[in-house]
Amino acid sequence: MIGITSYGAYIPRYRIKRDIIYSAIGWMGGGKMPGEKAIANYDEDNVTMAVAANMDCLNGIKRESIDGLYFATTAAPYMVRQNAGIIATALDIRPNIRTMDLTNSVKSGTSALLSAFDAVKAGSLETVMVCASDHRLCKAASIQEQIYGDGAATLLLGSDGVVASLEGSYSVSYDFMDRWRADKDEFERSWEERWIREEGYAKFIPEAIFGLLKKYNLNIKDFAKVIYSCPFVRDHTTIGKRLDADPNQIQDNMFTTVGDTGTAYPLMMLIAALEEAKPGDKIIVASYGNGSDALFFEVTERITQLEERRGISKHLATKKDLTSYEKYLVFSNLLTVEVGLRGEEIPPARSSFLWRDRRGILGLCGSRCRRCGTPQYPYQRICVNPNCKAIDEMEDYHFSDKKGYLRTYTADNLAFSLSPPEIYGMVDFEGGGRYYFGITDCDPDLLKVDMPLEMTFRKKWFEKSRGVYDYCWKAMPIRG
Amino acid sequence: MPEGIKDKVAIIGMGCTKFGELWSKGWEDLVIDAYTEAVADAGIERRDIEAVWFGSCFEELYSGKNAMPLSEVLKLPFIPVTRVENWCATGSEALRGASYAVASGACDIALALGVEKLKDIGYGGLPASLGMSQRRIHMDPNSTAPGLFATMATRYFAKYGLSSEEGKRTLAKISSKSHHNGTMCERAHLRVEVPVETVMKAPIVAWPLGLYDCCGVSDGAAAAIVTRAELAKNFRPDPVYIKALQISVSSGEEWMYTDWDSTWVMPTYHAGGKAYEEAGIKNPREEISMLDPHDCFSITELVIYEDLQISARGRAKEDVDSGFFNLDGQIPCQTDGGLKCFGHPISASGLRMMYEEYKQLQGKCGPRQVKNPKLGLTHNLGGFPPRAICSVCIVGL
Repeated sequence: MIGITSYGAYIPRYRIKRDIIYSAIGWMGGGKMPGEKAIANYDEDNVTMAVAANMDCLNGIKRESIDGLYFATTAAPYMVRQNAGIIATALDIRPNIRTMDLTNSVKSGTSALLSAFDAVKAGSLETVMVCASDHRLCKAASIQEQIYGDGAATLLLGSDGVVASLEGSYSVSYDFMDRWRADKDEFERSWEERWIREEGYAKFIPEAIFGLLKKYNLNIKDFAKVIYSCPFVRDHTTIGKRLDADPNQIQDNMFTTVGDTGTAYPLMMLIAALEEAKPGDKIIVASYGNGSDALFFEVTERITQLEERRGISKHLATKKDLTSYEKYLVFSNLLTVEVGLRGEEIPPARSSFLWRDRRGILGLCGSRCRRCGTPQYPYQRICVNPNCKAIDEMEDYHFSDKKGYLRTYTADNLAFSLSPPEIYGMVDFEGGGRYYFGITDCDPDLLKVDMPLEMTFRKKWFEKSRGVYDYCWKAMPIRG
Repeated sequence: MPEGIKDKVAIIGMGCTKFGELWSKGWEDLVIDAYTEAVADAGIERRDIEAVWFGSCFEELYSGKNAMPLSEVLKLPFIPVTRVENWCATGSEALRGASYAVASGACDIALALGVEKLKDIGYGGLPASLGMSQRRIHMDPNSTAPGLFATMATRYFAKYGLSSEEGKRTLAKISSKSHHNGTMCERAHLRVEVPVETVMKAPIVAWPLGLYDCCGVSDGAAAAIVTRAELAKNFRPDPVYIKALQISVSSGEEWMYTDWDSTWVMPTYHAGGKAYEEAGIKNPREEISMLDPHDCFSITELVIYEDLQISARGRAKEDVDSGFFNLDGQIPCQTDGGLKCFGHPISASGLRMMYEEYKQLQGKCGPRQVKNPKLGLTHNLGGFPPRAICSVCIVGL
């Protein structure tokens, strides 16, 4: 039996009500749609959100067991430099694994999942981490600005401890130019929305799902949940009717809470369904994008033994409303703001240094003294414990999954930040180790001496002179 | 404890420029002005100087690396010139080099000079990342000096149970006191009274520090000419003798090990303790006449009182409240206004502080003159609370 052995998700802390977007820029003719959508903080991108979902998925899983990491997105920070490699380094998983980026269609999330399934089925790999993350740049006042939300999902595929077995799939592929972005374009372009809904969503999703039912001789009524990627409220309902599914079979499309998260969208809905699934439940999930992949899962007894995680429900429940449209534009890098000369003086990245120190900088891996047991960051050759100072008696030690305590802090209005004040402070890790970290996803009035924190992988800055996105670990208040 | 250099070295001449936003002066003008004043004050000929220690920190902004730029500007005659840099302790480090040289007998007369031309940065505060290690650039938060010192205030307030209002008021008294002294010092940059309430209401730079909790950023230079003690009286009747000169540098323990609690600065404590030992001081609270410590931020000055063992731990507030460090108090502190009023041209500050102690000991400070001072102490803190380079110099007659 091959299938999902663990899952994790990520929804950024910030949400913006679509009314706020409409009030700010609706005069340009942008659409008015209900609910709110999730938006990435200024220091998040598709790589950082994928890492967050992966950390959620790794809960209870040994990093060493991963032997493949597939990353799906349509808006990768790097065109050349494998983004999955950055993610694997951030997780500090071993190098003898297979990594790949799957991109250019929002269908890539399910395609990555199917590729991983095939690799495990073929016996090439045992455990593959499939993550999908999308935070897509949209023009102000565009319809995409209303529809698209930000989020990530991770599924671990393997044959040991399967919580939902992947029983079959059926795919259709069309060069349907509903949305596109050529290599010279910054933003997606789009054809008429009515045509997309009627000729795209309403046709490809049923075609894939009916194809699946026919291929495996199944009936839609056999399924506890039917999931399909359609953010439009009315069309979502219409497709359900066309599939002959009861409303209670149809998984909520998260449009009013998160928005369409691209490659991650069907996988996030699948995780939401798994959170409520019972052993024996059958689930269909169909993606959308240049056709559709329909997949069919069966939930096992193991689902009841899965370690607790945030997944979709806990990430949904912990949020902060962003009431400023302008701030949303700055977070999304859509508004050119004055960062001052200080903000412009970002030191040029040095690739050979970053390579040498990659486990410390990207992986938050330090050392622990074998003689006195003191964890220390970054990796030290001479023990920092003043009563020990042993030389070269260190072992690797991970801090990224450790809880910390904020011993002291400041909220700095002078330091460069796209969301001032820049908050940072001294963090002591549970079990030992200390360093100073930036604090993100936190408001100054929440700060308290000794408050508990967790670590989060974030974008440090974009270094323009060499065109490099730098990443770092920050701390944040424990989410939920 | 080694023998040390107590009473082996004397300062026989000093120079100090006016500090401020000296838009029309280059670093060359500043070093020439400090140098010529020091030479004239010592009553020596320029050719009498046998070796030079040149302190500069953000040299990328003005002179560039190495000692040659100074040698060329001052037209020094092929003598040894050494450039030193140790963050904000650079000026005191230059003085240490020159002092050790004359104490060893390697030369009779040496010059220590520190300069910083900061106001070509283009923005307020210090340069964002100049001089940082690659690891710090990538691993550390985007921080500033006020922010990193502010973290000490946050924990100090929490540890000793001070409300934000109480804590900020204590700090405000420190700044207000220095501003008062600064009005009487013509070389200072900022020479206005700043009442406690104004300090309290100032815009926040990095919580809980506001504008007046932070020292200014300015340009300036200062210089000292030293000789072996037995030669000193050949030059002037009132040389100032070095009693102690110590530097202590963080070990990484504060930054990476979890014992230190961010309410004090370990190297200040260590440098102070060693300096008292070198100078033979048993009870600094009773024996020190005046202080010019590194008040880059008001919180820094507060913890220095404790780190230098003048106030008991957690009790500096009582001394601030009682006026112990005021000009008319038991140990006047920042008699010239300190970094608060001079601003902080990094490498010049240590020697600027020494300039004040030197003039005070010679009784030349007019309205801000301390009565019969015996021992003056200067202190620098380079870096920031968990990663610091601290110097303590004690001088007397």
